[in-house]
Amino acid sequence: MFKEIAKGMAFTLKQMLSKPITLQWPEEQKPSPPRHRGRHILHRYDNGLEKCIGCELCAAACPVGCIYVGSAENDPAHPVSPGERYAERYEINLMRCIYCGYCAEACPTEAITLGPRYELADYRRERLVATKEDLLEAWPGFEKSLADNPRGAGADQREQAGRAPGVSPRVAWEDREGAVGQAGRGSPAAGQEGLAPHVPTVATPPKRNPG
Amino acid sequence: MTAALPPATPPPTGEPDEYARARETLGVPSHLEAIELTQIDDDTMELNMGPMHPSTHGVLRLVVNLDGEVVREMRPDIGFLHTGFERSFESHTYQQCIPFTDRMDYLAPPINNLGFSLAVEKLLGIEVPLRGQYIRVIMAELARIGSHLIWFGTHALDLGATTPFLYAWREREKILDINELVSGVRMMTSFIRVGGLMADVPDEFSPMVEDVIHTYPGFIDDYELLITKNPIWLERTRGTGVISVEDALSYGVSGPTLRGSGVPYDLRKAQPYSSYDHFEFDVPIGSHGDVYDRYLVRMQEMRESVRIIKQAFENLPDGPVNTLDRKVALPPRNEINTSMESLIHHFKLVTEGFRTPRGHVYAAVESPRGELGFYLVSDGSNRPYRCKVRAPSFSNLCALPYMCRGELIADVVAVIGSIDIVLGDVDR
Repeated sequence: MFKEIAKGMAFTLKQMLSKPITLQWPEEQKPSPPRHRGRHILHRYDNGLEKCIGCELCAAACPVGCIYVGSAENDPAHPVSPGERYAERYEINLMRCIYCGYCAEACPTEAITLGPRYELADYRRERLVATKEDLLEAWPGFEKSLADNPRGAGADQREQAGRAPGVSPRVAWEDREGAVGQAGRGSPAAGQEGLAPHVPTVATPPKRNPG
Repeated sequence: MTAALPPATPPPTGEPDEYARARETLGVPSHLEAIELTQIDDDTMELNMGPMHPSTHGVLRLVVNLDGEVVREMRPDIGFLHTGFERSFESHTYQQCIPFTDRMDYLAPPINNLGFSLAVEKLLGIEVPLRGQYIRVIMAELARIGSHLIWFGTHALDLGATTPFLYAWREREKILDINELVSGVRMMTSFIRVGGLMADVPDEFSPMVEDVIHTYPGFIDDYELLITKNPIWLERTRGTGVISVEDALSYGVSGPTLRGSGVPYDLRKAQPYSSYDHFEFDVPIGSHGDVYDRYLVRMQEMRESVRIIKQAFENLPDGPVNTLDRKVALPPRNEINTSMESLIHHFKLVTEGFRTPRGHVYAAVESPRGELGFYLVSDGSNRPYRCKVRAPSFSNLCALPYMCRGELIADVVAVIGSIDIVLGDVDR
C-alpha cells in the first residue's frame, strides 16, 4: 500500500516540474489552423467585386438550411459581382449553423469560406443572424473606388467603411418596422411570405445603432 | 398511452389502487409503468439515480430497487437525449447525413462517419483509394484513443481517482488538435465522407501524428502506474459487474465489454473493413468479465491503436484520397474553372446528391464501444429510405441491469463507467 502511494506521489511531483499547458484564454489566443471552420466570410476579388454570384448552391448544400440567399440581376453599368447575378441578400442563421463547411465546399467561386472567428456569443438572438454586411470582407480600395465612381463596385458597402472586418454583428432587419408591427408575431408580414421558413421574424426590431 | 379512455371512467383520485385500475382500463402495458415509482410493501426502497447525476455519463436515469445497500433490480430510463437522427437521415441526401452521424457518438465522430460512409459505399459498390483508406484508419484509431482517454478519466474520477482525469484530458487535446488541423473543427469533424475524405491531410499532419505515436505509449504507462495496481482500484473493480460469456452474447453486448468477458470478437479482425487486414494488431481479451477486466482491455486497446496508427502512418501510400467516380465525389477545385463537365457534376452533386441503387445494406465498424452498424434501405433515390443505427451503447446498456443485480449501490457507478456508454449513441 505504501509503495503504491509513494509511486503515485512521485509521479504527481514529477508533473509539478513540467510546464503547464494551460492557455490563458481569452487573454491568450490559440492560432487557428488554415482549415478552421469558424464564422463565415464572404470574399471579394481584388477589384472590389463580390465573388458571390447568387447561385444558391451553398443554401442547397446546407444540411440544416441556415442560409438564405436572395439573388438579383446585376446592373451592367454598376455590377456588384462579375457575371449576371449577385446576392442582394445573404443571411446565415448562426444559431442554426453547425459549421460543417458544406457551403464552402459547394461554392463554385470560392465566395464563402469558414474563417478563424469562433467567439460568437451575443446577447440578442436576432443579432446572431448574420447579414451580408457582417459577412462580407472589408475592401481596402473602398475610398478610391467611391471617388472614381460613386455607384461603382462597393457602393453598397457604404456602412462597411471604417469598420474592422467581421467585428460587429448585425443590428436589425431591413424595412421591417412598420409591416411586422401590424401583422404581429408568428404570421409572416406583408411582402415577407417568400422568406425561407428558418429565418426568424423579429417582432419588435431594436433601434438601429443602439447607444 | 393512447386516447382509448372510455368516457365513463372517472379520473383517478390518487389512491395507489386507483392508479392501477386506471392503467388497467387504459390498457397501459406493464413496461410503460416500469419507470414510475410505485408503492412497495416490502422492505426494499426505490431510488432514482439521474438523469442529472454526474456518474451516469450523460442523461441516463436509473430506477434502482434497493434492499439495504444491495441492488435488487434496476430499470434504465433512456430517451432524454433523443434527437431523431435516424428520421433526419431520411430527409437529407447521403452526403448531408454525415454531419448528423458526428453527433451520435460524440466522443468518436470519425468512426461514425466511417460506418455510415462504408454503408453507402457498399450500396454504391465503390471503393475508396488506398491512401483514403489508410487515412481513415489513422483518424478512426486516433478517435478510439481519444474516446478511451475520456472513458479512462471519467471512470477513474467516478471511483475517486481525481488525478488521472486531468492527465487524460490533457493528452486528448493533442488528438483534438489533429482533428482541428485536418478538418477545421475539434470534435464534429465530418472528415470522412461518402467516397473518401473531406480533403487530403495537410503537411503538418505528419509531425503531429508522429508525436502521438512516440509519446502515447509512455502516457499509457503513466496511467497504468497510477491506477492498474492501485489497491483501492483493485478492491473497487475486481469481481464487480461480472457478465459471463453466454449472457454477454445473448444480450448482444459488443466491444470491450464483450472482450472483457473473454470473447475475442473485434470487427476489425472478424470482418476487416477499410484495409484493417493490412495491419498487425492483437485483440486484447479478459477472463473474468468484471469491471477490472474491461479496464485492462481498454488500456491495452489504446496501445494496439497506437500500433495500428504507426503501421498505417509509415506505410501511407501516395495517390488520391477520394474515389475517382465523378458521380459520387466532388470534382477537384481546379477543374471547376476549366471543365464544363466538372462544373455540371459539381452542381448536380451539391443540389441533388447521387442516387443509389435500390436495395438494403448493413455495414458495421468497431467503435470504441462496440459494433456500430448502419442498416440502410434505399429506394433508388438520392436519400435513404430508412436508416437504422445499431448503436453499441444501447445494447451494452441493456445488459447493465443484469450486471448490477446483487451489487452494492456504490458499485453501480463503477459498472456504468465500465460499459462506457455515450447517451447520444443510446438515444440517437
